[in-house]
Amino acid sequence: MARYLLRRSALLIVTLFITSLIIFALTQLVPGDVARLILGRDASPEALQALREEFGLNKPAPEQYTNWLMGFVSGDWGRSFTGGNQQVRPLVIERVGNSLRLAAMTLAISVPLSVALGVIAALKENTWLDSLISVFSLSVVGLPEFVTGLVLINGVALGVRSLGLPATAAVPDNTLASWVNQLILPSLTATFVLLGYISRLTRAGVLDELKKPYVRTAALKGLKPRTVIVKHVLRNALLPTITVIALSFGWLVGGLVVIESVYNYPGLGALIVDAAKKKNLFVLQASVMVTVFFLAFANLIADILYAVFNPRIRLE
Amino acid sequence: MQNVPVVEAHHLCIDYFLGNRWVNAIRDVSLIIQPLEIHGLVGESGSGKSTLALALMRYLAKNARISSGEIRLDGSDLLGRSEREMSDIWGRQLSLVPQDPLAALNPSYRVGDQIAEISQRHDGLPRRAAWKRAVEMLERVRIADPEAVARKYPHQLSGGMQQRVTIAMALSTRPRLLVLDEPTTALDVTTEASILDLFRDLIHENQAAALYVSHNLGVIAQMCDRVTVLYAGEVMASGPITELYGSPVHPYTISLLASIPQPVGGTETRLPTIDGLAPSLADRPSGCTFAPRCPVAQDLCHAEKPPLEVIHDGQWVKCHRWREIATGSLTPLTTPIEVQANSAAPEDDQYVLNGNGLDKRFGQLSWWSHLRRQSGSVQALDDVTVRVRRHSTLGLVGESGSGKTTLARCIVGLETADDGDLTLLDLPISRVLAERPQDARRALQMVFQNPNDTLNPYHTIGQALSRTLRRLSAVTLSEEQIQSRVRELLDMVRLPTDYINRYPGELSGGEKQRAAIARAFATQPELVIADEPTSALDVSVQAVILNLLKDLRAAGNASYIFISHDLRAVGYLADWLMVMYLGQVVEEGTLDQVYSSPSHPYTEVLISAIPIPDPQIKQGRICLDGDIPSAANVPAGCRFHTRCPRKIGMICEQQEPPWQDASDGHRIRCHIPPDELAQLQSAASAQPLERR
Ligand code: SF4
Ligand code: SF4
Repeated sequence: MARYLLRRSALLIVTLFITSLIIFALTQLVPGDVARLILGRDASPEALQALREEFGLNKPAPEQYTNWLMGFVSGDWGRSFTGGNQQVRPLVIERVGNSLRLAAMTLAISVPLSVALGVIAALKENTWLDSLISVFSLSVVGLPEFVTGLVLINGVALGVRSLGLPATAAVPDNTLASWVNQLILPSLTATFVLLGYISRLTRAGVLDELKKPYVRTAALKGLKPRTVIVKHVLRNALLPTITVIALSFGWLVGGLVVIESVYNYPGLGALIVDAAKKKNLFVLQASVMVTVFFLAFANLIADILYAVFNPRIRLE
Repeated sequence: MQNVPVVEAHHLCIDYFLGNRWVNAIRDVSLIIQPLEIHGLVGESGSGKSTLALALMRYLAKNARISSGEIRLDGSDLLGRSEREMSDIWGRQLSLVPQDPLAALNPSYRVGDQIAEISQRHDGLPRRAAWKRAVEMLERVRIADPEAVARKYPHQLSGGMQQRVTIAMALSTRPRLLVLDEPTTALDVTTEASILDLFRDLIHENQAAALYVSHNLGVIAQMCDRVTVLYAGEVMASGPITELYGSPVHPYTISLLASIPQPVGGTETRLPTIDGLAPSLADRPSGCTFAPRCPVAQDLCHAEKPPLEVIHDGQWVKCHRWREIATGSLTPLTTPIEVQANSAAPEDDQYVLNGNGLDKRFGQLSWWSHLRRQSGSVQALDDVTVRVRRHSTLGLVGESGSGKTTLARCIVGLETADDGDLTLLDLPISRVLAERPQDARRALQMVFQNPNDTLNPYHTIGQALSRTLRRLSAVTLSEEQIQSRVRELLDMVRLPTDYINRYPGELSGGEKQRAAIARAFATQPELVIADEPTSALDVSVQAVILNLLKDLRAAGNASYIFISHDLRAVGYLADWLMVMYLGQVVEEGTLDQVYSSPSHPYTEVLISAIPIPDPQIKQGRICLDGDIPSAANVPAGCRFHTRCPRKIGMICEQQEPPWQDASDGHRIRCHIPPDELAQLQSAASAQPLERR
């Protein structure tokens, strides 16, 4: 196991390195002069030159890249081109914190809900309840996030306002009420994306396991039906579900671009879009790196969880 | 003296919901199991024996229902019980030992926990006490290190161990009835033998009654007191085991018993067979269910269903003509044709195939596995010499893991042997398939256990055969020649000509195997290697295939290598036997030589392990300790020393035994000299390892 973790971590570092190369290359390829973009059309050549020198943009590309890389590794992630040239690292870390909050809230809602729906659908296979759950989960998956987001916001506008929910989401403080208040709508929107996926997967998993002979063994031991399902069936049926939940965690942290912009929430996804638009090189580099890190990390966690819960793999 | 039966079923009917309607599967079955009785339930696949067995526990598939009849457990009605009441009965009074133990155990829990669960549920034991009880149970099923095994997960145990775990589970309460659903079918003969002994002891110790479901007439004969024969969901006959086997009166029972292969070798005798196929559930004949296949069916049989009649107390039969059969005036057997040996092709001393010093390792050691100190490499064949004489059949026997299949695959070139020479009809051929000339490929053909391995599901039988002909024929054939040859081949394996246009999916298991045989014979091979070609088939179908193989051999030029774990089937076909253990040949000789003493201690065990389908003969089985060692870790000295019941001492552990000549061509690889072995063996077997 230790060996495995080591290998996977090494792989993660390689992934990050390659990612940084790609992003850098892309920013080089995109047309447009960064300095002019920052200072505006009317900037004097001297000002442009000064800015280029300040950020090292006048150096040849390979040198720019190595400088950035050395800095990144030693913890100096550079400064932003805009907004008072603030340090990139605290900025990105703050955004990561925001995204993690939203991700946590989303998982807290979506996991119990979709697993429960999936299990119920499987146990009531081919009944009206099963069909209802299928139709519901499939139709919310089919809707793009901005549609569900807008529907939810308008729902608020149309009368749920009495609940006091804001149509835009701010970073919550440390009270439960504020978490619910600020994050419920964006997390619901993200939940809708995950719901169909996780619940269908759970349903299929449970149905698969129910057919296996060990379920009969459990029943013929005289175990109560509830024990058979919870202890024996779900223990195996949820293995693939756990993996997918871990994977979707990566997406929740770095990929909620649309949802964050619909709700105007200052998450990591919004930061990436903003930086890309403005060719804010160092911010873009750092935030993409962090996002890729979370995606790869989620991948690793998914594999580890799968092995931990599956003795056939753990004891190889 | 009549006690209350443990379980009785009366006029039980079970339906399945198939497509869009209820189809009757079990029809009017009555069955009584007395206390302490082990009741056998025999039937071929599709007879409904497992459905019936589980229904007696009142466990039904989701799409099944009991449409009429009653089941009583200790005299009280079982069908009227609520789910809650049933869950109190299951595991406490009714227990199941399943067919496939690995699938029947939950992969995610330690086996100890899975056993403990039962006493937690039924005896209200706390966790710790239940665990202790589980360990005790594992000890009772004769597991050497119960503490350690209890902590293992199912996949970490061998098949035999897994089955012991399920037995421990079934017996951890004191059930009234134990239902054993083909519990040894998936196991090797030697493992089967020790599990059967264990069953018998434990069932008696526990004062339980048991229902033993099996398709294996030998196992039933050795295990059961009474037996019920099921055919297409109906009881055909039922009675005490000695009478049912000794003087059967139902044509189906008689044919079944007659179709068990005997070790006779040679080419002449044929097994009696049952023509046709069992009817599908949806359209069963309205008269006697067996009528379409019964050799002595009359008009009455087709018109009217025979009643279940009492022959005498405790013995029933369902046949219009049982009286004639009982008095001996009617013999309901398709008499086997005695075939004249093909005199044009006498056994000669020419060898079709010569293999010398064949070696095969799997998973070569890479620098990486060296680094990780893994013994990744498995010696599957170690210096094997194999020779097949013209017009004869070499039988290859051994447990799984003995290397017999690897040897076959190396010969046909599906695997490449690492070392050794092969000659085909005195011409050296490469170990690598790609380097063999077309003609060598044509001459070596293989029939697999699973015909689906050779038959492409998207090609009709005709397409499959003509493709082979086109690819491998020595001369280029015209389209017409190919078509007529295809028809010839179908005829040869006795498949109707219109099967040319059928897809494999439309054929039964036996028919598919026949098509696969036709494909193997398409190119007039010199040597056909049949790897367990009948092990997935029912007895009656197996008889047809074995006969067919004999016919083809008598008619043509081909020689065979016949591989099986079933010594009976091997003995029926082969005239020369090779016994393999852990990648080595340990004994070879003619059928007679190997079957009679002296024989290698391993052969002796193998032969003694086959359950004899005659309840009169009480077998003295030699049971082996433990499972076959892993081929990655071959024991030093004699490979068999870890399990050998005749081990003589340190020499067996340290020195590899030499080949010793027992008699003319008969060789045994053992430290004990052959004449001494013969003495030991004749002294040990009060009843000889009989050949019937
Ligand atoms: S009733 Fe007729 S067809 Fe049926 S088994 Fe007896 S003799 Fe054969
Ligand atoms: S050499 Fe020894 S261990 Fe091997 S079979 Fe002979 S007696 Fe048994």
